[in-house]
Amino acid sequence: MKRLLIALFCILTLPVFANEPATAAEGSKDKAFNPGEMILHHIGDSHEWHWFSTDNGHFVAPLPIIAYRPGKGLSTFSSARLAEDQSYDGLKLEHEHLVSEDGSKVYDFSITKNAAALMGSGIILLLVFTAVARGYKKNHGKAPKGIQSFFEPIIIFIRDEVAKKSIGPKYERYMPYLLTVFFFIWFNNLLGLTPGAANLTGNIAVTFTLAILTLIITLASSNKYYWAHIFATPGVPKALLPIMSPVELIGIVVKPFSLMVRLFANITAGHIVILSFISLIFIFKTAALAPVSLAFGLFINVLELLVAILQAYIFTLLTAMYIGGAVEDHHDADLQMGYDDGSASTHVSH
Amino acid sequence: MQIVTPEFGLIFWQLVIFLTVLFLLAKFAWKPILLSLKEREDSIESALRMADQAKLEMQQLKAGNERLLTEARMERDKMMQEASQMANQLVETAKNKATEEGSRMIMQAREAIQNEKNAALTEVKNTAAKLSIDIAERILRRELADSGSQQQLVDSYLKDVKLN
Repeated sequence: MKRLLIALFCILTLPVFANEPATAAEGSKDKAFNPGEMILHHIGDSHEWHWFSTDNGHFVAPLPIIAYRPGKGLSTFSSARLAEDQSYDGLKLEHEHLVSEDGSKVYDFSITKNAAALMGSGIILLLVFTAVARGYKKNHGKAPKGIQSFFEPIIIFIRDEVAKKSIGPKYERYMPYLLTVFFFIWFNNLLGLTPGAANLTGNIAVTFTLAILTLIITLASSNKYYWAHIFATPGVPKALLPIMSPVELIGIVVKPFSLMVRLFANITAGHIVILSFISLIFIFKTAALAPVSLAFGLFINVLELLVAILQAYIFTLLTAMYIGGAVEDHHDADLQMGYDDGSASTHVSH
Repeated sequence: MQIVTPEFGLIFWQLVIFLTVLFLLAKFAWKPILLSLKEREDSIESALRMADQAKLEMQQLKAGNERLLTEARMERDKMMQEASQMANQLVETAKNKATEEGSRMIMQAREAIQNEKNAALTEVKNTAAKLSIDIAERILRRELADSGSQQQLVDSYLKDVKLN
Protein backbone atom coordinates (compact mmCIF):
# COMPACT_ATOMS: atom_id res chain seq x y z
CA MET A 1 0.00 0.00 0.00
CA LYS A 2 2.81 2.46 0.92
CA ARG A 3 4.70 1.62 -2.22
CA LEU A 4 1.54 2.14 -4.22
CA LEU A 5 1.06 5.56 -2.69
CA ILE A 6 4.63 6.53 -3.48
CA ALA A 7 4.19 5.33 -7.04
CA LEU A 8 0.99 7.33 -7.36
CA PHE A 9 2.72 10.35 -5.92
CA CYS A 10 5.53 10.02 -8.42
CA ILE A 11 3.06 9.73 -11.26
CA LEU A 12 1.19 12.75 -10.06
CA THR A 13 4.26 14.87 -9.74
CA LEU A 14 5.44 14.03 -13.25
CA PRO A 15 3.06 16.42 -15.00
CA VAL A 16 4.40 19.13 -12.76
CA PHE A 17 7.93 18.55 -13.96
CA ALA A 18 6.63 18.34 -17.47
CA ASN A 19 4.97 21.69 -17.17
CA GLU A 20 7.68 23.48 -15.30
CA PRO A 21 10.23 23.81 -18.05
CA ALA A 22 7.55 24.83 -20.47
CA THR A 23 6.70 27.79 -18.33
CA ALA A 24 10.35 28.54 -17.83
CA ALA A 25 10.86 28.47 -21.57
CA GLU A 26 7.86 30.63 -22.11
CA GLY A 27 8.96 32.90 -19.29
CA SER A 28 12.28 33.43 -20.93
CA LYS A 29 10.44 34.58 -24.00
CA ASP A 30 8.65 37.04 -21.71
CA LYS A 31 5.38 35.32 -22.36
CA ALA A 32 3.01 34.96 -19.44
CA PHE A 33 1.94 31.44 -18.47
CA ASN A 34 -1.43 30.76 -20.00
CA PRO A 35 -3.08 27.89 -18.15
CA GLY A 36 -5.99 27.65 -20.60
CA GLU A 37 -3.66 27.21 -23.53
CA MET A 38 -1.51 24.72 -21.66
CA ILE A 39 -4.53 22.66 -20.60
CA LEU A 40 -6.06 22.64 -24.05
CA HIS A 41 -2.73 21.62 -25.49
CA HIS A 42 -2.59 18.73 -23.02
CA ILE A 43 -6.06 17.41 -23.61
CA GLY A 44 -6.11 18.02 -27.35
CA ASP A 45 -4.66 16.01 -30.17
CA SER A 46 -1.31 16.80 -31.69
CA HIS A 47 0.70 15.93 -34.77
CA GLU A 48 3.75 15.25 -32.64
CA TRP A 49 4.27 13.45 -29.35
CA HIS A 50 5.58 16.02 -26.96
CA TRP A 51 7.17 14.30 -23.97
CA PHE A 52 8.72 17.15 -22.05
CA SER A 53 10.76 20.30 -22.54
CA THR A 54 13.85 21.55 -20.80
CA ASP A 55 15.89 24.69 -21.22
CA ASN A 56 17.84 22.79 -23.84
CA GLY A 57 14.77 22.30 -25.96
CA HIS A 58 11.72 20.17 -26.46
CA PHE A 59 11.77 16.41 -26.32
CA VAL A 60 9.39 15.55 -29.07
CA ALA A 61 8.70 12.31 -30.89
CA PRO A 62 7.82 13.11 -34.51
CA LEU A 63 4.83 11.27 -35.93
CA PRO A 64 4.01 10.50 -39.55
CA ILE A 65 1.90 13.03 -41.41
CA ILE A 66 -0.39 11.49 -43.98
CA ALA A 67 -2.33 14.01 -46.02
CA TYR A 68 -4.54 13.49 -49.02
CA ARG A 69 -5.25 16.40 -51.31
CA PRO A 70 -7.57 15.99 -54.26
CA GLY A 71 -5.46 16.51 -57.36
CA LYS A 72 -2.13 16.30 -55.56
CA GLY A 73 -2.62 12.83 -54.13
CA LEU A 74 -1.17 11.36 -50.98
CA SER A 75 1.81 12.88 -49.25
CA THR A 76 3.54 11.33 -46.27
CA PHE A 77 6.40 12.78 -44.26
CA SER A 78 7.57 13.20 -40.70
CA SER A 79 5.94 15.80 -38.52
CA ALA A 80 9.43 17.04 -37.65
CA ARG A 81 9.37 18.90 -40.96
CA LEU A 82 6.40 20.96 -39.77
CA ALA A 83 7.90 21.83 -36.39
CA GLU A 84 8.30 25.48 -35.40
CA ASP A 85 5.67 26.65 -37.95
CA GLN A 86 7.66 25.40 -40.92
CA SER A 87 5.83 24.35 -44.02
CA TYR A 88 6.56 21.36 -46.16
CA ASP A 89 5.13 20.20 -49.46
CA GLY A 90 2.68 23.07 -49.35
CA LEU A 91 1.32 22.00 -45.96
CA LYS A 92 1.61 23.64 -42.58
CA LEU A 93 0.15 23.38 -39.11
CA GLU A 94 -2.19 26.04 -37.87
CA HIS A 95 -3.15 25.48 -34.22
CA GLU A 96 -2.50 21.75 -34.61
CA HIS A 97 -4.65 21.76 -37.72
CA LEU A 98 -3.12 20.64 -40.99
CA VAL A 99 -3.86 23.12 -43.76
CA SER A 100 -2.46 23.69 -47.21
CA GLU A 101 -0.77 26.99 -47.92
CA ASP A 102 -2.89 27.66 -50.97
CA GLY A 103 -6.08 27.10 -49.03
CA SER A 104 -7.17 23.96 -50.89
CA LYS A 105 -8.89 21.07 -49.15
CA VAL A 106 -6.71 18.66 -47.14
CA TYR A 107 -7.82 15.30 -45.82
CA ASP A 108 -5.66 14.70 -42.80
CA PHE A 109 -5.04 11.00 -42.18
CA SER A 110 -1.96 11.68 -40.05
CA ILE A 111 -0.97 9.30 -37.32
CA THR A 112 -1.51 11.92 -34.64
CA LYS A 113 -0.66 11.49 -31.00
CA ASN A 114 -4.10 10.04 -30.38
CA ALA A 115 -3.93 7.72 -33.37
CA ALA A 116 -0.56 6.45 -32.19
CA ALA A 117 -1.91 5.98 -28.65
CA LEU A 118 -4.87 4.20 -30.18
CA MET A 119 -2.58 1.73 -31.91
CA GLY A 120 -0.62 1.26 -28.71
CA SER A 121 -3.74 0.59 -26.67
CA GLY A 122 -5.02 -1.75 -29.36
CA ILE A 123 -1.82 -3.76 -29.08
CA ILE A 124 -2.08 -3.75 -25.27
CA LEU A 125 -5.67 -4.96 -25.46
CA LEU A 126 -4.73 -7.73 -27.88
CA LEU A 127 -1.73 -8.81 -25.78
CA VAL A 128 -3.67 -8.78 -22.51
CA PHE A 129 -6.74 -10.63 -23.71
CA THR A 130 -4.98 -13.18 -25.86
CA ALA A 131 -2.97 -13.90 -22.68
CA VAL A 132 -6.25 -14.30 -20.81
CA ALA A 133 -7.55 -16.60 -23.54
CA ARG A 134 -4.32 -18.62 -23.38
CA GLY A 135 -4.93 -19.01 -19.66
CA TYR A 136 -8.22 -20.72 -20.44
CA LYS A 137 -6.51 -23.09 -22.83
CA LYS A 138 -3.71 -23.83 -20.37
CA ASN A 139 -5.86 -24.20 -17.27
CA HIS A 140 -8.63 -26.01 -19.08
CA GLY A 141 -11.06 -27.43 -16.56
CA LYS A 142 -9.06 -25.92 -13.72
CA ALA A 143 -9.38 -22.83 -11.58
CA PRO A 144 -8.32 -19.56 -13.26
CA LYS A 145 -4.81 -18.30 -12.60
CA GLY A 146 -2.94 -14.99 -12.76
CA ILE A 147 -4.16 -12.43 -15.27
CA GLN A 148 -6.99 -14.76 -16.21
CA SER A 149 -8.41 -14.71 -12.70
CA PHE A 150 -8.16 -10.91 -12.61
CA PHE A 151 -10.23 -10.39 -15.73
CA GLU A 152 -12.61 -13.31 -15.37
CA PRO A 153 -14.90 -11.66 -12.78
CA ILE A 154 -15.06 -8.52 -14.90
CA ILE A 155 -15.92 -10.48 -18.04
CA ILE A 156 -18.55 -12.44 -16.11
CA PHE A 157 -19.90 -9.21 -14.66
CA ILE A 158 -20.28 -7.71 -18.13
CA ARG A 159 -21.93 -10.90 -19.34
CA ASP A 160 -24.30 -11.49 -16.42
CA GLU A 161 -25.05 -8.03 -15.08
CA VAL A 162 -24.85 -5.97 -18.24
CA ALA A 163 -25.55 -8.12 -21.29
CA LYS A 164 -27.92 -10.75 -19.92
CA LYS A 165 -29.98 -8.31 -17.89
CA SER A 166 -30.23 -5.59 -20.52
CA ILE A 167 -30.41 -7.56 -23.76
CA GLY A 168 -32.04 -10.79 -22.69
CA PRO A 169 -31.71 -14.18 -24.33
CA LYS A 170 -30.07 -12.84 -27.51
CA TYR A 171 -27.14 -11.35 -25.58
CA GLU A 172 -24.47 -13.69 -26.92
CA ARG A 173 -24.22 -12.01 -30.33
CA TYR A 174 -23.36 -8.68 -28.71
CA MET A 175 -20.86 -9.94 -26.16
CA PRO A 176 -17.73 -9.30 -28.30
CA TYR A 177 -18.74 -5.71 -28.95
CA LEU A 178 -19.72 -5.01 -25.34
CA LEU A 179 -16.54 -6.54 -23.96
CA THR A 180 -14.34 -4.76 -26.47
CA VAL A 181 -16.03 -1.41 -25.82
CA PHE A 182 -15.78 -1.85 -22.06
CA PHE A 183 -12.11 -2.77 -21.99
CA PHE A 184 -11.22 -0.31 -24.75
CA ILE A 185 -12.72 2.57 -22.79
CA TRP A 186 -11.40 1.42 -19.44
CA PHE A 187 -7.85 0.80 -20.66
CA ASN A 188 -7.73 4.07 -22.56
CA ASN A 189 -9.18 5.99 -19.62
CA LEU A 190 -6.39 4.60 -17.46
CA LEU A 191 -3.76 5.17 -20.13
CA GLY A 192 -5.05 8.74 -20.49
CA LEU A 193 -4.24 9.31 -16.82
CA THR A 194 -0.64 8.29 -17.39
CA PRO A 195 1.66 11.29 -17.73
CA GLY A 196 2.75 11.93 -21.28
CA ALA A 197 0.04 9.73 -22.73
CA ALA A 198 -2.71 10.89 -25.04
CA ASN A 199 -6.18 11.85 -23.88
CA LEU A 200 -7.84 9.34 -26.18
CA THR A 201 -11.23 8.72 -24.58
CA GLY A 202 -11.47 12.43 -23.88
CA ASN A 203 -11.33 13.08 -27.60
CA ILE A 204 -14.66 13.64 -29.24
CA ALA A 205 -13.67 11.89 -32.46
CA VAL A 206 -13.07 8.66 -30.53
CA THR A 207 -16.29 8.83 -28.51
CA PHE A 208 -18.13 9.86 -31.68
CA THR A 209 -16.95 6.74 -33.47
CA LEU A 210 -17.87 4.49 -30.56
CA ALA A 211 -21.31 6.08 -30.32
CA ILE A 212 -21.84 5.69 -34.08
CA LEU A 213 -20.92 2.02 -33.82
CA THR A 214 -23.47 1.59 -31.03
CA LEU A 215 -26.06 3.37 -33.16
CA ILE A 216 -25.32 1.15 -36.18
CA ILE A 217 -25.50 -2.02 -34.07
CA THR A 218 -28.75 -0.87 -32.44
CA LEU A 219 -30.37 -0.07 -35.77
CA ALA A 220 -29.05 -3.20 -37.44
CA SER A 221 -30.51 -5.41 -34.73
CA SER A 222 -33.79 -3.54 -34.33
CA ASN A 223 -37.00 -5.51 -34.86
CA LYS A 224 -40.52 -4.44 -35.76
CA TYR A 225 -41.47 -3.83 -32.13
CA TYR A 226 -38.72 -1.23 -31.89
CA TRP A 227 -40.06 0.67 -34.87
CA ALA A 228 -43.63 0.15 -33.77
CA HIS A 229 -42.65 1.73 -30.50
CA ILE A 230 -41.31 4.75 -32.35
CA PHE A 231 -44.08 5.28 -34.92
CA ALA A 232 -47.01 3.95 -32.90
CA THR A 233 -45.98 4.29 -29.30
CA PRO A 234 -48.18 2.01 -27.25
CA GLY A 235 -50.49 3.81 -24.86
CA VAL A 236 -50.25 7.13 -26.71
CA PRO A 237 -53.43 8.57 -28.29
CA LYS A 238 -53.38 8.63 -32.10
CA ALA A 239 -53.71 12.40 -32.17
CA LEU A 240 -50.44 12.77 -30.30
CA LEU A 241 -48.45 10.52 -32.62
CA PRO A 242 -47.47 13.31 -35.05
CA ILE A 243 -45.72 14.93 -32.11
CA MET A 244 -44.44 11.77 -30.44
CA SER A 245 -42.96 10.12 -33.50
CA PRO A 246 -40.51 12.92 -34.31
CA VAL A 247 -39.54 13.02 -30.64
CA GLU A 248 -38.89 9.29 -30.66
CA LEU A 249 -37.00 9.58 -33.94
CA ILE A 250 -34.80 12.29 -32.45
CA GLY A 251 -34.36 9.97 -29.48
CA ILE A 252 -32.62 7.44 -31.74
CA VAL A 253 -29.89 9.98 -32.40
CA VAL A 254 -29.90 11.54 -28.96
CA LYS A 255 -29.07 8.22 -27.29
CA PRO A 256 -25.69 7.78 -28.99
CA PHE A 257 -25.12 11.53 -28.84
CA SER A 258 -25.44 11.35 -25.06
CA LEU A 259 -23.00 8.43 -25.04
CA MET A 260 -20.52 10.48 -27.04
CA VAL A 261 -20.79 13.60 -24.90
CA ARG A 262 -20.88 11.78 -21.56
CA LEU A 263 -17.63 9.91 -22.06
CA PHE A 264 -15.86 12.84 -23.72
CA ALA A 265 -16.97 15.35 -21.10
CA ASN A 266 -16.25 13.16 -18.10
CA ILE A 267 -12.73 12.27 -19.14
CA THR A 268 -11.84 15.70 -20.45
CA ALA A 269 -13.25 17.40 -17.37
CA GLY A 270 -11.17 15.17 -15.11
CA HIS A 271 -8.03 16.04 -17.03
CA ILE A 272 -8.85 19.73 -16.97
CA VAL A 273 -9.41 19.69 -13.21
CA ILE A 274 -6.12 17.92 -12.50
CA LEU A 275 -4.21 20.23 -14.84
CA SER A 276 -5.92 23.27 -13.32
CA PHE A 277 -4.82 22.31 -9.82
CA ILE A 278 -1.28 21.91 -11.01
CA SER A 279 -1.46 25.17 -12.95
CA LEU A 280 -2.24 26.97 -9.69
CA ILE A 281 1.44 26.66 -8.76
CA PHE A 282 2.46 28.50 -11.90
CA ILE A 283 -0.33 31.02 -11.76
CA PHE A 284 0.67 32.06 -8.24
CA LYS A 285 4.36 31.55 -9.06
CA THR A 286 5.10 29.97 -5.72
CA ALA A 287 6.18 26.48 -4.74
CA ALA A 288 4.42 26.95 -1.41
CA LEU A 289 1.18 26.13 -3.12
CA ALA A 290 2.56 22.82 -4.39
CA PRO A 291 1.37 20.69 -1.43
CA VAL A 292 -2.17 21.99 -1.83
CA SER A 293 -2.13 21.49 -5.57
CA LEU A 294 -0.68 18.03 -5.20
CA ALA A 295 -3.18 17.02 -2.52
CA PHE A 296 -6.11 18.14 -4.66
CA GLY A 297 -4.51 16.72 -7.78
CA LEU A 298 -3.98 13.39 -6.04
CA PHE A 299 -7.56 13.34 -4.86
CA ILE A 300 -8.92 14.06 -8.33
CA ASN A 301 -6.53 11.56 -9.87
CA VAL A 302 -7.73 8.80 -7.57
CA LEU A 303 -11.27 9.86 -8.33
CA GLU A 304 -10.42 9.63 -12.02
CA LEU A 305 -9.29 6.04 -11.51
CA LEU A 306 -12.82 5.33 -10.33
CA VAL A 307 -14.36 7.41 -13.12
CA ALA A 308 -12.26 5.46 -15.62
CA ILE A 309 -14.01 2.17 -14.85
CA LEU A 310 -17.33 3.84 -14.08
CA GLN A 311 -17.54 5.53 -17.48
CA ALA A 312 -16.53 2.33 -19.22
CA TYR A 313 -19.29 0.55 -17.33
CA ILE A 314 -21.86 3.24 -18.08
CA PHE A 315 -21.04 3.29 -21.78
CA THR A 316 -21.27 -0.49 -21.96
CA LEU A 317 -24.45 -0.66 -19.89
CA LEU A 318 -26.23 2.00 -21.95
CA THR A 319 -25.08 0.38 -25.18
CA ALA A 320 -26.49 -2.90 -23.93
CA MET A 321 -29.74 -1.20 -22.93
CA TYR A 322 -30.13 0.44 -26.34
CA ILE A 323 -29.48 -2.89 -28.05
CA GLY A 324 -31.83 -4.55 -25.58
CA GLY A 325 -34.54 -2.05 -26.47
CA ALA A 326 -34.03 -2.79 -30.16
CA VAL A 327 -34.10 -6.59 -29.96
CA GLU A 328 -36.83 -6.88 -27.35
CA ASP A 329 -39.77 -8.99 -28.43
CA HIS A 330 -42.53 -7.91 -26.10
CA HIS A 331 -42.93 -4.31 -25.40
CA ASP A 332 -44.31 -4.59 -21.92
CA ALA A 333 -40.93 -3.52 -20.60
CA ASP A 334 -42.05 0.06 -21.13
CA LEU A 335 -44.59 -0.31 -18.42
CA GLN A 336 -42.28 -1.96 -15.95
CA MET A 337 -39.01 -0.17 -16.16
CA GLY A 338 -37.34 2.40 -18.31
CA TYR A 339 -35.53 0.67 -21.08
CA ASP A 340 -35.77 4.01 -22.79
CA ASP A 341 -32.98 6.51 -22.79
CA GLY A 342 -34.57 8.93 -20.38
CA SER A 343 -34.83 7.21 -17.05
CA ALA A 344 -31.88 4.93 -17.66
CA SER A 345 -29.41 7.63 -18.58
CA THR A 346 -30.50 10.08 -15.92
CA HIS A 347 -30.17 7.29 -13.42
CA VAL A 348 -26.58 6.45 -14.21
CA SER A 349 -25.21 9.57 -15.82
CA HIS A 350 -22.65 11.43 -13.93
CA MET B 1 -13.96 24.91 -30.07
CA GLN B 2 -11.28 22.61 -31.38
CA ILE B 3 -11.78 20.01 -28.66
CA VAL B 4 -15.43 19.52 -29.48
CA THR B 5 -14.86 19.21 -33.22
CA PRO B 6 -14.28 15.60 -34.22
CA GLU B 7 -11.21 15.29 -36.43
CA PHE B 8 -11.86 13.38 -39.61
CA GLY B 9 -8.48 11.63 -39.54
CA LEU B 10 -8.88 10.38 -36.00
CA ILE B 11 -12.38 9.09 -36.73
CA PHE B 12 -10.89 7.14 -39.62
CA TRP B 13 -8.11 5.64 -37.50
CA GLN B 14 -10.43 4.98 -34.58
CA LEU B 15 -12.82 3.14 -36.87
CA VAL B 16 -10.10 1.09 -38.53
CA ILE B 17 -8.19 0.26 -35.37
CA PHE B 18 -11.20 -0.32 -33.16
CA LEU B 19 -12.84 -2.63 -35.69
CA THR B 20 -9.57 -4.51 -36.17
CA VAL B 21 -9.15 -4.88 -32.42
CA LEU B 22 -12.80 -5.89 -32.12
CA PHE B 23 -12.43 -8.50 -34.83
CA LEU B 24 -9.16 -9.90 -33.48
CA LEU B 25 -10.35 -9.93 -29.87
CA ALA B 26 -13.65 -11.53 -30.86
CA LYS B 27 -11.81 -14.27 -32.72
CA PHE B 28 -8.82 -14.87 -30.49
CA ALA B 29 -9.97 -13.75 -27.06
CA TRP B 30 -13.69 -13.42 -26.45
CA LYS B 31 -14.72 -16.55 -28.30
CA PRO B 32 -12.40 -18.95 -26.44
CA ILE B 33 -12.91 -17.11 -23.12
CA LEU B 34 -16.71 -17.11 -23.27
CA LEU B 35 -16.71 -20.68 -24.56
CA SER B 36 -14.51 -21.88 -21.70
CA LEU B 37 -16.57 -19.97 -19.17
CA LYS B 38 -19.73 -21.54 -20.50
CA GLU B 39 -18.13 -24.96 -20.61
CA ARG B 40 -16.97 -24.62 -17.04
CA GLU B 41 -20.36 -23.40 -15.86
CA ASP B 42 -22.04 -26.24 -17.69
CA SER B 43 -19.70 -28.78 -16.16
CA ILE B 44 -20.25 -27.33 -12.69
CA GLU B 45 -23.97 -27.37 -13.23
CA SER B 46 -23.98 -30.92 -14.50
CA ALA B 47 -21.76 -31.98 -11.61
CA LEU B 48 -24.18 -30.40 -9.17
CA ARG B 49 -27.09 -32.03 -10.92
CA MET B 50 -25.33 -35.38 -10.83
CA ALA B 51 -24.60 -34.98 -7.15
CA ASP B 52 -28.25 -34.19 -6.55
CA GLN B 53 -29.26 -37.20 -8.55
CA ALA B 54 -26.84 -39.39 -6.65
CA LYS B 55 -28.26 -38.08 -3.41
CA LEU B 56 -31.74 -38.85 -4.60
CA GLU B 57 -30.72 -42.33 -5.70
CA MET B 58 -29.02 -42.87 -2.40
CA GLN B 59 -32.18 -41.82 -0.62
CA GLN B 60 -34.22 -44.10 -2.81
CA LEU B 61 -31.82 -46.95 -2.11
CA LYS B 62 -31.99 -46.26 1.58
CA ALA B 63 -35.75 -46.08 1.48
CA GLY B 64 -35.82 -49.34 -0.47
CA ASN B 65 -33.58 -51.00 2.05
CA GLU B 66 -35.70 -49.76 4.86
CA ARG B 67 -38.80 -50.95 3.10
CA LEU B 68 -37.24 -54.36 2.59
CA LEU B 69 -36.22 -54.46 6.22
CA THR B 70 -39.68 -53.48 7.36
CA GLU B 71 -41.21 -56.04 5.07
CA ALA B 72 -38.89 -58.73 6.37
CA ARG B 73 -39.66 -57.76 9.90
CA MET B 74 -43.37 -57.86 9.20
CA GLU B 75 -42.99 -61.23 7.50
CA ARG B 76 -41.14 -62.56 10.49
CA ASP B 77 -43.75 -61.21 12.88
CA LYS B 78 -46.46 -62.72 10.78
CA MET B 79 -44.69 -66.08 10.64
CA MET B 80 -44.12 -66.09 14.36
CA GLN B 81 -47.68 -65.14 14.99
CA GLU B 82 -48.89 -67.86 12.69
CA ALA B 83 -46.61 -70.41 14.30
CA SER B 84 -47.73 -69.56 17.77
CA GLN B 85 -51.30 -69.58 16.63
CA MET B 86 -50.81 -72.97 15.07
CA ALA B 87 -49.13 -74.30 18.20
CA ASN B 88 -51.91 -72.95 20.34
CA GLN B 89 -54.42 -74.51 18.04
CA LEU B 90 -52.56 -77.79 18.13
CA VAL B 91 -52.38 -77.77 21.90
CA GLU B 92 -56.02 -76.81 22.05
CA THR B 93 -57.03 -79.59 19.72
CA ALA B 94 -54.91 -82.08 21.59
CA LYS B 95 -56.37 -80.92 24.86
CA ASN B 96 -59.90 -81.12 23.50
CA LYS B 97 -59.23 -84.52 22.10
CA ALA B 98 -57.75 -85.71 25.34
CA THR B 99 -60.66 -84.32 27.31
CA GLU B 100 -63.08 -85.91 24.93
CA GLU B 101 -61.28 -89.21 25.07
CA GLY B 102 -61.13 -89.01 28.83
CA SER B 103 -64.77 -88.22 29.20
CA ARG B 104 -65.64 -90.94 26.72
CA MET B 105 -63.55 -93.43 28.64
CA ILE B 106 -65.11 -92.33 31.91
CA MET B 107 -68.51 -92.74 30.36
CA GLN B 108 -67.64 -96.20 29.09
CA ALA B 109 -66.27 -97.08 32.49
CA ARG B 110 -69.36 -95.76 34.13
CA GLU B 111 -71.51 -97.73 31.72
CA ALA B 112 -69.48 -100.87 32.31
CA ILE B 113 -69.66 -100.33 36.03
CA GLN B 114 -73.40 -99.85 35.79
CA ASN B 115 -73.73 -103.00 33.72
CA GLU B 116 -71.56 -104.96 36.10
CA LYS B 117 -73.52 -103.54 39.03
CA ASN B 118 -76.81 -104.43 37.39
CA ALA B 119 -75.54 -107.92 36.60
CA ALA B 120 -74.24 -108.27 40.10
CA LEU B 121 -77.45 -107.01 41.57
CA THR B 122 -79.48 -109.40 39.40
CA GLU B 123 -77.27 -112.25 40.47
CA VAL B 124 -77.55 -111.17 44.08
CA LYS B 125 -81.33 -110.94 43.68
CA ASN B 126 -81.51 -114.32 42.01
CA THR B 127 -79.27 -115.88 44.58
CA ALA B 128 -81.23 -114.16 47.36
CA ALA B 129 -84.51 -115.38 45.87
CA LYS B 130 -83.19 -118.92 45.46
CA LEU B 131 -81.84 -118.86 48.94
CA SER B 132 -85.16 -117.52 50.25
CA ILE B 133 -87.08 -120.15 48.39
CA ASP B 134 -84.68 -122.81 49.67
CA ILE B 135 -84.97 -121.53 53.17
CA ALA B 136 -88.71 -121.11 52.84
CA GLU B 137 -88.98 -124.63 51.45
CA ARG B 138 -86.98 -126.06 54.27
CA ILE B 139 -88.89 -124.04 56.84
CA LEU B 140 -92.19 -124.92 55.28
CA ARG B 141 -91.16 -128.58 55.17
CA ARG B 142 -90.31 -128.50 58.82
CA GLU B 143 -93.13 -126.22 60.05
CA LEU B 144 -96.02 -127.78 58.23
CA ALA B 145 -95.42 -131.01 59.99
CA ASP B 146 -97.15 -129.47 63.00
CA SER B 147 -100.88 -128.30 62.53
CA GLY B 148 -100.70 -125.83 65.36
CA SER B 149 -97.97 -123.87 63.89
CA GLN B 150 -99.78 -123.94 60.58
CA GLN B 151 -102.67 -122.25 62.25
CA GLN B 152 -100.41 -119.76 63.90
CA LEU B 153 -98.94 -118.89 60.59
CA VAL B 154 -102.28 -118.42 58.96
CA ASP B 155 -103.31 -116.21 61.79
CA SER B 156 -100.27 -114.01 61.51
CA TYR B 157 -100.98 -113.63 57.81
CA LEU B 158 -104.45 -112.68 58.47
CA LYS B 159 -103.30 -110.18 61.05
CA ASP B 160 -101.21 -108.54 58.54
CA VAL B 161 -104.05 -108.46 56.07
CA LYS B 162 -106.22 -106.74 58.64
CA LEU B 163 -103.65 -104.13 59.28
CA ASN B 164 -103.53 -103.38 55.65
